[in-house]
Amino acid sequence: MRLAIGRELSVDKPPELDALFREIEKEFKGEADELIPLLQRAQRKLGFLPEQALLEISRFTGLSAAGVFGTATFYTQFRFQPVGKYIIRVCRGTACHVKGSNRLLDTIEEYLQVPPGAMTPDGLFTIETVACFGSCALAPIMVINDSVYGSVTRSGALKLLDDIRAREERFIGQADKRESEVEHGFHVVGGTGQ
Amino acid sequence: MDFTSLAERANKNWEALENLQQPLIQIGMGTCGKAAGADEVLAAAKAALKAMKIPGRIMQVGCIGTCYLEPIMAIRKPGGPFVYYGNLTAKKTQEILASTLRDGDLKPEWAVAFTGEGAADGLPRFEDLPMIKPQVRIALRNCGIIDPESIEHSIARGGYSGLKRALRMSPEEVVQEIKDSGLRGRGGAGFPTGTKWEFARKAPGRTKYIICNADEGDPGAFMDRSLLEGDPHSVLEGMLIGAYAIGCGEGYIYIRAEYPLAIERLEKALAQMREYGLLGRNIMGGRFDFEIQIKEGAGAFVCGEETALMASIAGGRGMPRSRPPFPAIKGLWGNPTNINNVETLANVSAILAQGAKWFAGFGTEKSRGTKTFALAGKVERTGLIEVPMGISLKEIIDEIGGGVSKGKKVKAVQTGGPSGGCIPAALF
Repeated sequence: MRLAIGRELSVDKPPELDALFREIEKEFKGEADELIPLLQRAQRKLGFLPEQALLEISRFTGLSAAGVFGTATFYTQFRFQPVGKYIIRVCRGTACHVKGSNRLLDTIEEYLQVPPGAMTPDGLFTIETVACFGSCALAPIMVINDSVYGSVTRSGALKLLDDIRAREERFIGQADKRESEVEHGFHVVGGTGQ
Repeated sequence: MDFTSLAERANKNWEALENLQQPLIQIGMGTCGKAAGADEVLAAAKAALKAMKIPGRIMQVGCIGTCYLEPIMAIRKPGGPFVYYGNLTAKKTQEILASTLRDGDLKPEWAVAFTGEGAADGLPRFEDLPMIKPQVRIALRNCGIIDPESIEHSIARGGYSGLKRALRMSPEEVVQEIKDSGLRGRGGAGFPTGTKWEFARKAPGRTKYIICNADEGDPGAFMDRSLLEGDPHSVLEGMLIGAYAIGCGEGYIYIRAEYPLAIERLEKALAQMREYGLLGRNIMGGRFDFEIQIKEGAGAFVCGEETALMASIAGGRGMPRSRPPFPAIKGLWGNPTNINNVETLANVSAILAQGAKWFAGFGTEKSRGTKTFALAGKVERTGLIEVPMGISLKEIIDEIGGGVSKGKKVKAVQTGGPSGGCIPAALF
């Protein structure tokens, strides 16, 4: 895991960070046991944890910056790099592995030409792996943003990615409409395993 | 309103639901159901009723345990039994509803089983299905039967009657009841729950904590998730009973962030408990005060270990420390802390409601009661099951699970996640 320390992110305080801390100061007291909920809130709002957000949290809680960075980097939930608009999470738990999630992951990596953790150059996708979603009876499981897909086949996964891409391309030039178009909910992709 | 009047109201409403003079449609809305497309089935069912102008009630339920049939719907016409349909699509849902409710043909070729009073031609009883018959459901008693977002459904099915009984006993008597039941921790280590509570009760200190460990991280395991999604109140009631027995004023539920639906159901359940006087000050009008907070994990497998879990609740890195001192003596913020697993707590509420002797009647001499298992991988019928302790793996795989898919031979099973092991077929 690499931290974007001291580079592009430490220059100006982005306006969304100000908005975030206005919310945070209303809802949190700044106590030490709020650190993880604070990091979760910041990531939910910003998509990842830029260095400045961590420094602001350190200031707000009175915890040392090293302590905040130490806790943040311990947990796999937290990211320190910007992510694509669609986060594709492939489950790599035992049941999903038995049902071919390794091949599913390879196929997606090959198709998008990025390894897990990195963002596609168009800013659309980031691939992540997850230990287990606990929906093992419908393995293999893939999650795109908040939508869970069960019994995913390799061709079914690629079709989902193509659909997203096609939808996004239609909206190019209509920036205001580029909010997430993926419906929240859960879907089956079809077929049973591979 | 006191609890007795609340229970009366809950019973009355439940009875009205049982005698509903309209079609009742239940749809399994756990994460497994949703991953299989239950949201589309729900939308299709709503649209079908509207299009046919048939008044009917649609009710969401938790996981009934037959994950291989997801998405699942059960339809009951007034006075008839529930008929279960599985592996649904939006189109199939609409066809079944039209056929059953409009044309009076319940489409037995698409149905799986029926349950409740009455009969459905040619269909087996749900309880007699090979997957269901060997099971005994104690922890999962309400899963798939009640609306998990309704505290009244829980109360009508005996929820909080265990707490009511506990609050009339002394804390020591409650500890003794759990000891007598022979309940052992369901998180993996199998430590006797009553003894654990006694340690925490006797530990010096005024501030004590109880934690529900819902950091179910072992790949392949989804027992706790299904339970929390399907019947959160059975677990929360167990937590209240534990808090009363030990003398805790505050409790935490540490739950994985990967379980958003379980978190949502818990949040709703806590809000309802507060409304019904089952959380906060003077619970059930007595002198017992208790608060519960939810703490979301952040994706660290090790936080299922109790000392790491407490470090994480306190806001730090989830790093385990060596024991002793044990959490019962020195736990969260240095105070005596008792940590129980989700399933253990669901058993606690059942034990207080039905008695230690009843519970001890299930299972083996050294392991009383039942155990839930998540059946996944290359087995014909995947799902969530609860069986008496002492059952053989062979029965679970062949009878409940229906053997290996495509008629292949089973070589080994993995139990208990990464810290468990692989058991070869010769030892089943």
